[in-house]
Amino acid sequence: MADVVLNVTGASKRFGGVQALSDVGITIRQGEVVGLIGPNGAGKTTFFNVITGLYTPDSGTFELGGKPYKPSAVHEVAKAGIARTFQNIRLFPEMTALENVMVGRHLRTHSGLFGAVFRTRGFNDEERAIADRARELLEYVGIARYAEFKARTLSYGDQRRLEIARALATEPKLMALDEPAAGMNATEKVVLRELIDRIRKDGRTILLIEHDVKLVMGLCDRVTVLDYGKPIAEGSPYDVQRNEKVIEAYLGAGHKAH
Amino acid sequence: MKDNKKLIWFLAAAFLLLVLPSVAQYAGNFWVRIIDFALLYVLLALGLNIVVGYAGLLDLGYIAFYAVGAYTFGLLASPHLTEAFPAIGAIFPNGLHTPIWVAIPLGALLAGFAGALLGAPTLKLRGDYLAIVTLGFGEIIRVFLNNLDAPVNITNGPKGLLQIDSFKLPLVGFDFGRPGSLFGLEVSSVTKYYFLFLAVVVVSVLICYRLERSRIGRAWMAIREDEVAAKAMGINTRNLKLLAFGMGATFGGVSGTLFATFQNFISPESFALNESIMVVAMVVLGGIGHIPGVILGALLLAALPEVLRWVSGELDLQSITGGRLDAAILRQLLIAVAMIAIMLARPRGLWPQPEHGKAAPTPAS
Repeated sequence: MADVVLNVTGASKRFGGVQALSDVGITIRQGEVVGLIGPNGAGKTTFFNVITGLYTPDSGTFELGGKPYKPSAVHEVAKAGIARTFQNIRLFPEMTALENVMVGRHLRTHSGLFGAVFRTRGFNDEERAIADRARELLEYVGIARYAEFKARTLSYGDQRRLEIARALATEPKLMALDEPAAGMNATEKVVLRELIDRIRKDGRTILLIEHDVKLVMGLCDRVTVLDYGKPIAEGSPYDVQRNEKVIEAYLGAGHKAH
Repeated sequence: MKDNKKLIWFLAAAFLLLVLPSVAQYAGNFWVRIIDFALLYVLLALGLNIVVGYAGLLDLGYIAFYAVGAYTFGLLASPHLTEAFPAIGAIFPNGLHTPIWVAIPLGALLAGFAGALLGAPTLKLRGDYLAIVTLGFGEIIRVFLNNLDAPVNITNGPKGLLQIDSFKLPLVGFDFGRPGSLFGLEVSSVTKYYFLFLAVVVVSVLICYRLERSRIGRAWMAIREDEVAAKAMGINTRNLKLLAFGMGATFGGVSGTLFATFQNFISPESFALNESIMVVAMVVLGGIGHIPGVILGALLLAALPEVLRWVSGELDLQSITGGRLDAAILRQLLIAVAMIAIMLARPRGLWPQPEHGKAAPTPAS
């Protein structure tokens, strides 16, 4: 079996009187695309925010690439190797597309004030490498022609792709995509699907939260289903689709599967 | 072709800057002095632009760092400490004349340190809340300076520090405080300071420009644009915000030391709240985050009041209107009107960051 990239067990999170997550676990192996689905309010995004450090979990063990990590600070989690995108796109709107991706390289580069002010050779080399890599990534997601445009002027679908390029720039062990297809039209979804497929083929590991069942079923190797903050099913898309509990969660009790 | 054009512009600007004081001197040393002050404000505005323009942290107490720099220099290069403390006087019988290469870096360092220190408790605050807290900090520093004359007289309170050393290069025996001559031409003290300040401003512009186009600068702008997304990209927002506060304050500190040595006298009233607001106005009015805009804003707001003062004085407004229109009031009124007009007509500043072309919307291609 391939290496385990992310292993989470027993993650719980309570907001006041609401148990948003109880005892959720997930295991993602190298090169897999794992889907996290569930009805509205099932706790998908909460779980996402917990593993990426935005919320501090009440309990749970977290391992990334075999090493335990504490999801207590967002930038530490990013450093450990999880890059995420946001359900509501969060780019740096007044910066160019290229600069957006260059910010993603921040984590894997080192030059500081001194290099910046005196333009040392190391600084110049690094700066060139950052720009080159950023251009490559823009090319990769297919928006290289907008490199010099401000991020806010890009179309919705292109902004999504820019966000993915920016996340890729951090060289993540795990890409975590929060509803990447939200608000996209049918053609945009097809393009997105191709992109995610390509990223997977290049050996990346992806955790995908998605409402669009078609997209999830077509892309994912395995799917975990959450309902009321609890995992109710886990398995291949085919199995999950026929799982009684899942059907009940989505369509209500009393519905018979055929 | 384009490079040639640039070079010509550059040479023209350099030539203008070189002859400017001679022209102004012809109209009176008073005008050169105004230009000198304008350059100090440019320095302040450039520093604040790092905090407000790049990192997006609204700082309304920025003048405090100007004060820290000025008082550091003032205390180290005036007779005050040796007079107030006989023990220090005994060690330095000839008075405390700390050389500039000690006093100025020390002033910059202390101001930078104060910047990071004051930045630390505000890290979780944003927008209006941050502005209120920094405003409070700025006032605290001024109140301290005003009241630290008792029980131990450290700052000499509202009386301020007098007889601060002028800017001297002792090794070559060059004193900016005295008029000198160059190729037989008389060069006044204010003209000497003009070139000193100009040099500092040019270096500062270079530093700002390079910071803007660096990994650190991009991280600052990412924080300004979206802090959560910046964190998700692995940017340590705490450290980078402190760095922005510290860098900005260092500029303010250097400017403060130069102010002290130029003016030879400082008192707490030079560092009041309205000065902080003036510097913020320079940055916003000129074009937040855009170096040429910020410089333009600083020059305009620093020079405009003086020009208006001169105009109303020449016209002798007071006697024309039978004392109903006072020059000082009219000046403030006109500046307020000008600021409102600019903000209405050019909400992004006089000379904002140039827009890149709009992306042709090509959905799902």
